[in-house]
Amino acid sequence: MNRQDEFIQTFTIWGRDFSRAGSVSTEIKEILQEIGVPSSIVRRVAIASYEAEMNVVMYAHKGELILTLNPETIKIEVEDKGQGIEDIELAMQEGYSTATEEMREMGFGAGMGLPNIKKNADVFIITSTPGVGTYLKMLFYLDNEKAK
Amino acid sequence: MTLHQIKELLQAEVIYGNHCLDIEITFAGGSDLMSDVLAFGKPGILLLTGLTNLQSVRTADIIEAKAIIYVRGKKPDAQTIKFAREKNIPILSTPLMMYEACGLLYQAGLPGVGSLNQSTTSDE
Ligand SMILES: Nc1ncnc2c1ncn2[C@@H]1O[C@H](COP(=O)(O)OP(=O)(O)OP(=O)(O)O)[C@@H](O)[C@H]1O
Ligand SMILES: [Mg+2]
Repeated sequence: MNRQDEFIQTFTIWGRDFSRAGSVSTEIKEILQEIGVPSSIVRRVAIASYEAEMNVVMYAHKGELILTLNPETIKIEVEDKGQGIEDIELAMQEGYSTATEEMREMGFGAGMGLPNIKKNADVFIITSTPGVGTYLKMLFYLDNEKAK
Repeated sequence: MTLHQIKELLQAEVIYGNHCLDIEITFAGGSDLMSDVLAFGKPGILLLTGLTNLQSVRTADIIEAKAIIYVRGKKPDAQTIKFAREKNIPILSTPLMMYEACGLLYQAGLPGVGSLNQSTTSDE
């Protein structure tokens, strides 16, 4: 699957580590800005990646984010080990949240994270195995024709 | 409206960003929910929030907010201020409550994000 023109970087996300929560997305944003990705796309990637990262911090033990860049697409995959999601359709609904009081005090738990990811990514796939973990894949097209 | 005018109007204290009080602010939005901010925020927004944790600045950075106003006299911790400095996002603190701070700004002519959808500013 490896392409010559592909750049791949892997980041680790730690569950419950609120002091670092969001730092992976900040880094991805900087990488994309540096290589000259249009700012409207950088923004969409950063928002989606940040929401996914925060979900790992809040609901999983540990996760890995893989950023894959090629001239056509930006791909972000987030795989975590954690409680997983029983009912994905329900989790995708705006306003649905199982965030604790503590998380709400920190400004999370609007139940808007997954809907925000769906809104910002050109392609969004989520699968989950309860008790094992969750996998998210997002694609962003650099080609204007296909992009949102 | 400049950030300096906003500071005066809200009797706010500058926590970081004294050197950039002359920046022009054209619209604002307020929320304590970070996902809401990520959903409605537009580049250049002035963000009013009661949340002072590190994620408030991360969220502001991600949506490319011009500045943050913390309401109800809240102030962030040293790590958060350091991050705001790194990202060069001015942060201010007003003793006013969210409702009053937003009300004063709106009354002074500063619109919300909603107005951007219909009017002048170009779409992304
Ligand atoms: N990686 C994950 N592992 C386990 N459960 C998850 C994961 N991501 C989301 N969920 C579940 O799906 C729900 C909805 O997620 P979503 O991101 O939309 O909202 P939230 O995280 O609760 O609030 P917000 O993102 O607005 O701060 C969560 O409350 C949680 O129950
Ligand atoms: Mg979430």
